[in-house]
Amino acid sequence: MPQLFSTRKISSPPLPATLQLIPEQAPHKWIAGKLLTRREIPLLEEELTALVTGGQVQKVLSIEQQRSGYVCRRCGNNKNYLFAAMPHLACQKECVYCRNCIMMGRVLECEPLYLGSPHYPWPAIAEPCAWEGELTDGQTKAADEIVATISKGDSELLVYAVCGAGKTEMLFPGIATALKYGQRVCIATPRTDVVRELAPRLKQAFPLVSIQALYGDSDDKLGDAQLLLSTTHQLYRFAYAFDVMIIDEIDAFPYHNDTSLQFASKRAAKRDAAFVYLTATPRAKEKKRIKRKQLPAVFIAKRFHGYPLPVPRLKLSPFLRKKLVNRSLPKFILQLIRSHQLGGRQLLLFTSTIEYAHLVTEILKPMYPEITSVHAEDPDREEKVRAFRNQAYRILVTTTILERGVTFPSVDVYVLDAGHVVFDEAALVQIAGRAGRSHEDPTGDVFFFHIGKTNAMLDAQEAIIKMNRLGQQS
Amino acid sequence: MRCLICVEEIVPKVGWGQFLLPQKKINLCEVCSARLARIDLAGCPKCGRVDAEGVCYDCVRWEHSVQYAGCLEKNVSVYMYNEFAREVVARWKYRGDFILIEAFAGALQTTYHQHFRDVGADVVAIPLSEQRFRERGFNQSDAIIAQLGFDAVDFFKRKDSEKQSKRGRRERMGADNPFVLVGEPRKPVLLVDDIYTTGMTVRHLASLLKMNGCPVVYSLTLFR
Repeated sequence: MPQLFSTRKISSPPLPATLQLIPEQAPHKWIAGKLLTRREIPLLEEELTALVTGGQVQKVLSIEQQRSGYVCRRCGNNKNYLFAAMPHLACQKECVYCRNCIMMGRVLECEPLYLGSPHYPWPAIAEPCAWEGELTDGQTKAADEIVATISKGDSELLVYAVCGAGKTEMLFPGIATALKYGQRVCIATPRTDVVRELAPRLKQAFPLVSIQALYGDSDDKLGDAQLLLSTTHQLYRFAYAFDVMIIDEIDAFPYHNDTSLQFASKRAAKRDAAFVYLTATPRAKEKKRIKRKQLPAVFIAKRFHGYPLPVPRLKLSPFLRKKLVNRSLPKFILQLIRSHQLGGRQLLLFTSTIEYAHLVTEILKPMYPEITSVHAEDPDREEKVRAFRNQAYRILVTTTILERGVTFPSVDVYVLDAGHVVFDEAALVQIAGRAGRSHEDPTGDVFFFHIGKTNAMLDAQEAIIKMNRLGQQS
Repeated sequence: MRCLICVEEIVPKVGWGQFLLPQKKINLCEVCSARLARIDLAGCPKCGRVDAEGVCYDCVRWEHSVQYAGCLEKNVSVYMYNEFAREVVARWKYRGDFILIEAFAGALQTTYHQHFRDVGADVVAIPLSEQRFRERGFNQSDAIIAQLGFDAVDFFKRKDSEKQSKRGRRERMGADNPFVLVGEPRKPVLLVDDIYTTGMTVRHLASLLKMNGCPVVYSLTLFR
C-alpha cells in the first residue's frame, strides 16, 4: 500500500500520480477529493473494488510506523501519547489506533484509508455571483488582492480586517473568479456557528453554484459541492480536493493551536492551491510572518459603514464574584441593565463559564423575562441564536462561543468578569466587535466589568483605538 | 504522565506519602477523576441505586415478577452514570477509544475486592451480537473483565442483534430473552457489564443461569 506523503514537515504533499479522472455523470462523484474510512463509504465491496481497479480510488496506509513512532495519515498526528492499541479480534493481534481524530470515527492500523481521485470536471460558471451590493474602498482593495491571489494560485494571503469590515462580501469577487475557472472552493472555519451563519449568505450570493455546509450535525453529509463551507474538523475527510482554500477566523480556538487541524486544511487543498486567511485579530505567529515578509497581507482598518469601532469601557466591580456567589449582581450593573432595557437595543452578556451563564440568567429572569442563555453544549444553541436575531429575546447570556462570526444588527455588549483567562486580547477585541455592526445603528456600548484590569483588557482597548486611528487616516 | 481522558499533563503531588510509600500508577488528572463520581454508599442494597432508601421501587417490582424474582442476588456499580460518564462512555464504547477502560481500572478493582473477592464466582461476560462486535472491534464486558485480571467464562450466545438502548423500559421488559445458555453453571456467577440501566440484561442472563442450576448470581457494572 502506498504511503500518502512524508510528514517531515507539514506541507502540501504530492498527490499519487495514478489517480484517474472521475467522469462528470458518475454516480460516485461524491468520492472526488475524499479521504475516507471503509465505514464512511456506502458502497458494496465489489463496487469499491471496481473503483480501486479503475484507478478512481486508491487504498492508502492509515497509520504508518516511522522511526520516531506512529503517524496518523488521516489527521497527521505524530504524538506518541495520542496513539493506543487494542486487541483486535478480526486480525488476532494488538492493533494501533489514533486517539486524536477518534471523534471522526476510529482508524485502526489494519484498516486502509480510501483516497478518491480529486480529478473531476467541475463546471466553469460564467456569471456565478448574483450579489449586487457595492464594496467600500477598503473592501475593494482587499477583494482585488484576493482575486489576484486566487488567479495566481500556489500562494497565500492574509486579510487582516477589523470586526465588521464586511469580510464575507470582500470574498465574493475572488470566489466568483475561481468558479469562472471551474475551480473547487472551500471556506473553512473553526466555528460551527460561523458555518451556519455564512451558508445562507453564500447561497444567496451564488444561486447557480452547488453549495453545501459541513459541520458535526449538518444535514449535508455528502460533501460533493463545488463550493463547500466547512468546519476545519470536517477537512479530515478531504485530500487534494480544493483549488482555493479560504480559512476564516484563522486565529480562533481550536484551529490556531492545533497542528493536526492545520495539517488537515493543508492536505485538503491541492498542491498548487491558493490560500486566503481571514482574521480581525492575528496571533503573534502570523504577525511575525507578515513582518518578515513571508506572508503577504492586506489590512482593512475601517468598518464597511465607515464608523469607528466602539471602544470598550472598563468598569471596576470589585464585589462581582462575591455577589454572584450570593446569586445577585452589583447594584450599578443592575442599574445599567435597567436603563439599557428601556431603549430599543438588545443586550449580549458574556460570561466566563457555563455555570455563570446559567446563574446570571436566573438572577435576571424575574426582572427581564425575555432572556435566555446559550453555550457550546446547549442542544438548542442554534435555535436560540436564531431567536435572538429575530428579536425574540432582549438579553442573551453567552459564553465565548458567540465571540466571533455572528452579526446581530443592534446590540450592546457587556462582559462580566472580563479578567478571566478565557478572555484574552483576541477574544475581547472580537467581543467588542459584535457591537455597532449595522448601517442603521453603527454605534453601541461595550462594557468590560472586572475586578482588576488585565493586560488583555488594556491591549484589546489599545488595539481598537489604534485601528480606529488607522481607519480615520485611510 | 498524561491524563487518559483529557490528555493534559498530570503534575504529580509531592509529599512524604509519595516519597515513602510504593507508587500507585496515576492515569487520570484530578479534574477528570473528580468528575467521575464514585458510588461509595449505595442506597438500594439490591441494585446499587444511589438515590434510594432501602430496596428501591424498581427492585421491588422485579421481585414481584414471576419470571425474574430472586434471580439476581445483587448488583454493585463503581460510578454514577452522570453527564461526564456519558461522554466518556460514548468515546470509549461507541467511538471505540479502547484504552479509556484503563481510566476505570483502579476503582473497578477496588470495588471488586470490596464486594466479590470471597464469593468464589465465575466471572462471565455479556455477549455482543456478531454485527455489533464487528463494528466495535471489542466486547466492552470482556474489556472490563480483562482489567480485573480474569479470563471471562463463556456461558452465553446471543440470538438477535437489536440494540437494547434503542428500546424503552416497557419494550425491554416485554422482550424475549435474547440469550441462550451454552454451559453448565455449577458455581456462583458474577456477570460483568458496563452500564446497569433497567437491569433487564443482567436479569435475562441471571434467570437462565438460575434455571440451569447456578446457586447464586451477582452483577458488577461500571456505571449505574
